[in-house]
Amino acid sequence: MSAGPDSSDTARIAEEAARASYGKLLAILAHRSRDIAAAEDALSEPLVSALSAGPRRGVPANPEAWLLTAARNRLKNAARAGHVRRSAEPEIALRALPDDSGDDLPDPRLRLLFVCAHPAIAPAARTPLMLQAVLGIDAARIAQAFLVEPAAMSQRLVRAKARIRDAGLRFELPEPADLEERLGAVLDAVYAAFGRGWDDLERPEAPESLTNEAIWLARLIVALMPQEPEPKGLLALMIYCSSRRAARRDKAGAFVPLDRQDTRLWDRSMIMEAEGLLIRAAQTARFGRFQCEAAIQSVHVQRPMTGRLNLDALATLYDLLVGHTDGIGARIDQAVVMAERGDAARALTGLDALAADRVARHQPFFVARARVATLAGQAEEADASLGMALSLTTDPAVEAHLHDLRRQTATKRLRS
Amino acid sequence: MQFMLILNETPEDFARRADPDQAQEYWGGWNAFIGAMAQAGVIVKGDGLQGPAMATTLRIRDGKRRVEDGPFAETKEQLGGYFVIEAPDLDAALDWAAQAPSAHSASVEVRPILPMPAPPS
Repeated sequence: MSAGPDSSDTARIAEEAARASYGKLLAILAHRSRDIAAAEDALSEPLVSALSAGPRRGVPANPEAWLLTAARNRLKNAARAGHVRRSAEPEIALRALPDDSGDDLPDPRLRLLFVCAHPAIAPAARTPLMLQAVLGIDAARIAQAFLVEPAAMSQRLVRAKARIRDAGLRFELPEPADLEERLGAVLDAVYAAFGRGWDDLERPEAPESLTNEAIWLARLIVALMPQEPEPKGLLALMIYCSSRRAARRDKAGAFVPLDRQDTRLWDRSMIMEAEGLLIRAAQTARFGRFQCEAAIQSVHVQRPMTGRLNLDALATLYDLLVGHTDGIGARIDQAVVMAERGDAARALTGLDALAADRVARHQPFFVARARVATLAGQAEEADASLGMALSLTTDPAVEAHLHDLRRQTATKRLRS
Repeated sequence: MQFMLILNETPEDFARRADPDQAQEYWGGWNAFIGAMAQAGVIVKGDGLQGPAMATTLRIRDGKRRVEDGPFAETKEQLGGYFVIEAPDLDAALDWAAQAPSAHSASVEVRPILPMPAPPS
């Protein structure tokens, strides 16, 4: 029908190409010199000019190759001008730059993901670094999502990049013997972006969510490491959680806990995709933390089909999960399931045995403790925990839900 | 790249050096580590150091030289030796550091060697 894409189409195509290409180009440009900051600088101007030239001149036949050449020229010029000369090394590294256009195997982004989550990078810097280096998200937006001052986030990123450049971090895939542990760190960093976004998902005043970015990264890792089960587990986990997004608030905006959600609002196609990922992951017969967490989600989404929550399956999965992670969340949920299955007294003892410094400021702990104490018939303990949970809650919708629970607890206390 | 393996040891480690019952095992552990690095040809240079009791610390304050016996700070770990090794990256240097006996009892700090500035062209 039409002769070609109009200018807004062209701009959109250019933007999509830019996102898909950004991490790849950065990984190629920074590989030998390990200098992510210099590669970002070299890439930014050609990228901007490509995006703005797109509507006028149309999309180049091979935008990736064009961007790579333009960025490489800038990098070489900068090196010549002495901007990146800290020693004789960058010049040598530049001469050694391969002339490939990013078709080499494995995908260069894999190296970038592993270096961002390198054990020699502070855990708090890994997720921001990954979001910036692989997706090209700017420091200000990352800072907003992480509730950190933009200047502080920039500092964190600058320091991490300097470490990669100067401390000699390996910018390659890990050795096979280290792969499982190193991949675990990469997946943890991706999941941290999801958690960051998830907490704020429905708050109108919340910073722009990172959940979609986390899912994009997980899809990338699944595609790049098709033989590994844990990336599929992580992707499934995040898709299960996202599938319930519409059910997490009622029409008035009030918080709806999982067991009271209207399951008709759950996104069936997302659930199907997550189930498929989990099955494919299970075929490798290598179980892991994220598959376990996804399997727990799978038990929850089976509720509308079977009409009941399979607490036995949940108990088994939580017992497995605490063996795969030292996370406090797994232990808290394990206790709640134990209590729901009728062993509330033992569950309460278990919760109270958790290290005080790990739970003192952890809102979900007190919500869980209130539930377990209620099931154990200890209404006063439940009330105290709800009070603590309320003091740690900032979301007004969750606050309202906790006030409701507290009123119910008080009624029970009067009756008893 | 060149990395310095900064080999820290505990007071107990230092004491084992001269303890007739433990010296053989102590030095045996180090000899195995150093032998493995030598075999791989990664050593640029390196030394063991006499214990912290033999250290003298100097600092200049208000233009005056102050000299004290002993190491800078009373800490649980003190420098016991160092090696400068040639390794392709930090990961490889950390693999060597993990083989040092003192990695189990104390710690090994790994730092890249500051490259010589490029000569003016």
